[in-house]
Amino acid sequence: MPINIQLPLTEEHVRTLRAGDRVLLSGTVYTARDAAHKRMAESIREGKPLPVELTGQVIYYVGPTPARPGEVIGSAGPTTSERMDLYTPALLEKGLKGMIGKGHRSEVVKQSMIDNEAVYFGAVGGAAALISRSIKASRVIAYEDLGTEAIRKLEIENFPVVVINDIYGGDVYIDSVAKFRQDK
Amino acid sequence: MKEISFAEIVHQVEFMCQKANFDLGEDVYSAFKKALQTEKSDTGKEILSQLVENADIAKRDQVPMCQDTGTAVFIVELGQDCRITGGSLIDAINEGVAKGYSAGYLRSSMIYDPLNRKNTGNNTPAVIHIELVEGSQLTLHMTAKGGGAENMSSLKMLKPSDGVQGIKDYVLDVVKVAGPNACPPLVVGVGIGGNFERCAYLAKKSLFRPIGVRHSSKEIADLEEELIQQINRLGIGPQGMGGSTTALDVKIESEACHIAALPVAVNLNCHASRHQTVQMG
Ligand code: SF4
Repeated sequence: MPINIQLPLTEEHVRTLRAGDRVLLSGTVYTARDAAHKRMAESIREGKPLPVELTGQVIYYVGPTPARPGEVIGSAGPTTSERMDLYTPALLEKGLKGMIGKGHRSEVVKQSMIDNEAVYFGAVGGAAALISRSIKASRVIAYEDLGTEAIRKLEIENFPVVVINDIYGGDVYIDSVAKFRQDK
Repeated sequence: MKEISFAEIVHQVEFMCQKANFDLGEDVYSAFKKALQTEKSDTGKEILSQLVENADIAKRDQVPMCQDTGTAVFIVELGQDCRITGGSLIDAINEGVAKGYSAGYLRSSMIYDPLNRKNTGNNTPAVIHIELVEGSQLTLHMTAKGGGAENMSSLKMLKPSDGVQGIKDYVLDVVKVAGPNACPPLVVGVGIGGNFERCAYLAKKSLFRPIGVRHSSKEIADLEEELIQQINRLGIGPQGMGGSTTALDVKIESEACHIAALPVAVNLNCHASRHQTVQMG
């Protein structure tokens, strides 16, 4: 049975979640991918304020397709997270508690998640039409000039994810894969 | 001499781009259903059933199955007795892509220049390979190729002494390194032989063969089967979250090569394996 979580993420949530848990997220998340991360990292370096207060928040790595007239958002599945790795520790230090994406994270990011008590969720890459059904509202709140890469505030309901990395060093991509491996 | 008009090509390409992104091929869809029966992991099963549901929604609502609506890649078989009227074939394909992606609300993922990285706004240019063939027909094969799986693809110039074992080891390595990033379950395209650039092309071309259809040569078909088995024993599973469905299929194409060479290319395709073919003339 999946665990239901109402966002923002609390310390308690983060401490109870374990790699491999199936979770349904509801509440607010912010979208950002390569270009938005680059800009946020620049702002942090220059001591400028970020467009979003990150404490307790979750960032979703996504660049949706354009919404059709009358639609909340286009198809919106996760993109590959490792392209954000370079910028992620700085955001975790600003209080970011969760990330949704797909694929491996670097050792540096994994350590930073442990140090800053944050979790990494995997959504199903390529299940973008299905995922869009759990996005109830979408509004561009920063970096509008970046188009599909702008920062959006999303209201989500029962958004299906799996905990990939927990704060105890658990990693689904290593642990579960080892469990099903038959070649050795 | 058969004539095909610029406008007709534009029209067909526009249609193909949208259909590829909205309607998952029957071959991939039934491969999901089949994998659901055999998958050993509960999370893996859950993911596979989400993929089935996703394909159903995309088809019913005519929306993209994945937000990465891909680079539009074409393999064109141009009959040497076929003439394009009213403009160039390349321009017609690009105009069709621009129209199809814009009208279909598909994402533009192409940039003008890898260094300045500014989006072209309509997903052009397409990647177009033209093969001149006999006859007067024009056949367009199109795929919307996602970035996630393409990024994990690889090419290596093996030594002839590495042999078949070297090929197998290399393919398995590429799949292992890709892990979750290429959005498994995968379709693994392998090119063997040719030279450096032909080999990559063969790997891409192999992906156009529908899932479940084996190579016509028994030797290659057996190698395909063996690799499917071995890849599915790696444990990577759907989305790399562990399980027994890592590859839906393995495709191999091979070609003549130099006595000193054994080029091998592995072009990974994600489960959003989106292909369309249209024949004209
Ligand atoms: S790799 Fe394929 S399924 Fe995954 S996000 Fe890219 S296009 Fe979509």
